[in-house]
Amino acid sequence: MKDRPRTHDFDWTLMAIVGAICGIGVLEIYSSTHASGMAGLQWKQLMWIAIGLLGMFVISRIDYHTLMDQAPVLYLVGVAGLVVVLLIGFSRLGAKRWISLGGGVTLQVSEIMKLIIIIVLARYFTEVRTDRLTLRDLVKVGALTLVPMALILKQPDLGTALVLVPVAVVGAVLAGIQWKHFAAGAILIALLVPLGWNMRHHLKPYQQQRIQTFLHPEEDQRGAGYQILQSEIAVGSGGFWGKGFGKGSQNQLGFVPVRYSDFILAALAEEQGFIGVCVVLLLYLGLILRLVDNAQKAKDKAGMYIVMGVTAILGFHVLVNASMVIGYMPVTGIPLPLMSYGGSATAFVFLALGLVMNVRMRRFVN
Amino acid sequence: MAGWHGNDQKIPQGRLALFSYVFVALAVLLLVGFWKLQVVQSGHFADLAERNRIRYIPIIAPRGAMLDREGRVLVDSYPSFSILLLRDDPKQVERSLPQIEEGLGIAKGDLQQQIDEARYEPKFQPIVIKPAATEADIAFVDSHRADIPVLELMMVQRRRYPHGEMLANTVGYVGEVSPQDLEKNPDKYRPGDIVGKAGLEKEYNDQVVGTDGMRRVVVNSVGKMMRTLDDVEAIPGKPIQLTIDYDLQAVAENYMADKQGAVVAMDPRTGEILAMVSRPTFDPSDFAVRIPPSEWQSLNTDPKTPLLNRAIQAQLAPGSVFKIVMSTAMLESKAVPANFTVYCPGHAEFYGREFHCWQPKGHGTVDLHSGIVHSCDVFFYTLGQRLGIDRISYYGSGLGLGRRTGIDLPSEQPGLMPSEEWVQRVYHHKWYAGETISVAIGQGAVIVTPIQLARMIGAVASGGTLAEPHLLKDAPNLKTEQFPLSDETVEQVTQGMYDVMNEPGGTGYALRLQNIEFSGKSGTAQLMSYEAGSRVGGREGKLTNGWFVGYAPRRNPEIVVAAVVQGSTEHGGTTAGPVVRDVVKAYYDKKNGHMPPQPATAENLAPSNAPSPVSTAQGAQPR
Repeated sequence: MKDRPRTHDFDWTLMAIVGAICGIGVLEIYSSTHASGMAGLQWKQLMWIAIGLLGMFVISRIDYHTLMDQAPVLYLVGVAGLVVVLLIGFSRLGAKRWISLGGGVTLQVSEIMKLIIIIVLARYFTEVRTDRLTLRDLVKVGALTLVPMALILKQPDLGTALVLVPVAVVGAVLAGIQWKHFAAGAILIALLVPLGWNMRHHLKPYQQQRIQTFLHPEEDQRGAGYQILQSEIAVGSGGFWGKGFGKGSQNQLGFVPVRYSDFILAALAEEQGFIGVCVVLLLYLGLILRLVDNAQKAKDKAGMYIVMGVTAILGFHVLVNASMVIGYMPVTGIPLPLMSYGGSATAFVFLALGLVMNVRMRRFVN
Repeated sequence: MAGWHGNDQKIPQGRLALFSYVFVALAVLLLVGFWKLQVVQSGHFADLAERNRIRYIPIIAPRGAMLDREGRVLVDSYPSFSILLLRDDPKQVERSLPQIEEGLGIAKGDLQQQIDEARYEPKFQPIVIKPAATEADIAFVDSHRADIPVLELMMVQRRRYPHGEMLANTVGYVGEVSPQDLEKNPDKYRPGDIVGKAGLEKEYNDQVVGTDGMRRVVVNSVGKMMRTLDDVEAIPGKPIQLTIDYDLQAVAENYMADKQGAVVAMDPRTGEILAMVSRPTFDPSDFAVRIPPSEWQSLNTDPKTPLLNRAIQAQLAPGSVFKIVMSTAMLESKAVPANFTVYCPGHAEFYGREFHCWQPKGHGTVDLHSGIVHSCDVFFYTLGQRLGIDRISYYGSGLGLGRRTGIDLPSEQPGLMPSEEWVQRVYHHKWYAGETISVAIGQGAVIVTPIQLARMIGAVASGGTLAEPHLLKDAPNLKTEQFPLSDETVEQVTQGMYDVMNEPGGTGYALRLQNIEFSGKSGTAQLMSYEAGSRVGGREGKLTNGWFVGYAPRRNPEIVVAAVVQGSTEHGGTTAGPVVRDVVKAYYDKKNGHMPPQPATAENLAPSNAPSPVSTAQGAQPR
């Protein structure tokens, strides 16, 4: 029996997959921006990856049990942070998501909230000692999730708010949700969607427009439907083999919206074709399956919930982002983990992976 | 401490494995989605991608120039720029409005009004906010590409009229193709094409119009031109050469500048039109860009009808010039003996009504010759009574009056040569014999256009040859009508017309020319009948249309000039005569080498120093 967690026990297979995805992402960011005013963006992304790796290492050293001990404190800090964002945060592109840490450094608190909710819900589910989740438990889980969700929605950031849902759902299923509760929840959501549809006039105009656009992308090709349509054109025109690195007209001429970030998969699909998409999606599937494997190997329930929380969020990101790129889902601003350009988003993924490593390293430790 | 530590229980592995299966299934679903787009529909999307990136920019072909008979430029084309406003991004447009208005010198509020007017048109269609950009405007757009991205330049070809109003009614004008024409010829025209709307521009549109070229360019998502793929050059329209003689035209235009009326100079041997003036006129340059609705309105409703080409569209009483038809009818029909005379006391009574001679004192005993020379009304009243309307009508229409000459211009008017049959057909009653008396001196129902009178006099003097008037040099398929007149008739009538100018006391004696067999006939058509004129009184009651039709030489003329000056109180020989004399004199001066042809005013024809073509692409603001 070993006594100390060792970096030697990092999941190097997982890291290889992560490295491959990051590499492809950096190359595609280069391809998308090299001929534009944003040339050189790939270096910044590499820097974010380096910072992320550092964060991952740091977080893996703190025993996740210690983190979970502090769950209530973390939760309160996170919620308070979200309130601060709403009070004194500053806006970009019409959304108040950031607080300034001074010196030009900004922090997107909702990204941290994603980590906190993983830890908080893992803690909560672990406390359920039976193998059956009562309605009381479910309500508590719901309440814990909905408070930060509501605050994030208020920013407004529909995408990030929705990301919290799969953590709760996956956790609940693992904790042994009763089928009648599951069914009732499903029905409730089925009822809420039409209700929400009728309440859509209370949504922000940009949200209304995104929903409208999702439902009828062809109606206003130059306006709201533009992003989805251009993305589909990029993907479709890529064909089976792709147009070649740096040769996608949709990408290079800027028709694909935010092609280096949210729509990076469209840019890749155009230049690398269906083959490239297959490689990327299979890498992501490998990543997810490897995460599930880590969950299975975790020493205790707490570790499992943490790893599965991370899995749920990353899986949700990939699913929603890829669906958006091919027009199966509305534009929600959810980036593709590890590929899309972005500091906070990239850092979050590495920190989340740090939690996974944390659990893995301690699977043999008593 | 909450009792969560030490929960070493594990979740059943099956539940975890379940998620593996779910994720595999989702991955397969996504791949199916990509497969559908990238393999099943890839052709369709490849098409759309091409359409996205490639813009077709028309390269406008210049219309062919119009040259005078000696190759001098009367009308040509020059490249110019229009400034377009891209409306994809309304917020950007709104932000830039004040700057644009200031930079391009557009009146405050004008731009907003234009934008409002175009609000129902598709957003991606730019609107032209300044049709004729100056150098300063172009510099403004170029230097503000970064901060005012909603402006774009488009190269167009415009008509240039170096001589301003000269020949305007004959040349006509151009404009955007009408929706009706577009509907009729969808293959021939595209919206926004410039076509001839009137005059020669319309008549010979197909000859002068060029073939627009096409440039394929790659544009980015905001419509910025990245590079040119290929060019199909525009084929410029072919120039056409006209029969107009710039020098004669200039003489006629100068004289008519402040008058209302028309001048037509023609070579009766060929039908070539040497000069054609209609006044008042318009400046065709106003149409070359885009005529403001207010100006168009005023041109159309102006009581002086500046858009009317009076040379072929004004239908007027010919007055005494018609006496040449009467004389020809008398001699040819032989219904009246050639030595027929009438005593003129200054008036005469026919069918219970008194008719006045223009000379109240009377002309005494008048025969055909002195009837023509002194233009005695009583002689021709009497002659008319003797000949009857149908005989007059036969010779009148035989000599081309009351029907279109067939000149190569749109909208020529026919005039009217009345006859018994015509009255029966139109008014369903019999011809009143009294009407014939008025017709005999070119009043009453008979109306003609200036070009008909020129052709008629030319025909009489050349023994009955009616060439088809035309403005296009080397016009194909010209028809020459023959209305043979006996030599005797021609001799007598032309002698009369020669003496109008050359016999002291002739109505055109003041106009005679040295060494030129200048002949002709004056006419002064009252706008009101003698009685009505007396009732109204004053200047208005005495208003006349003064005619003069002159030609040279006396027989087989080379040039015939008809002129009418409308709304004066003077005699036709005084108002219209001088311009006829001046044109005929200029013709002979040129022919005899006394007048060097005026050089074409080439200095203002040099191609303007316009900057190279710029993207006309329109783009979208995707975000």
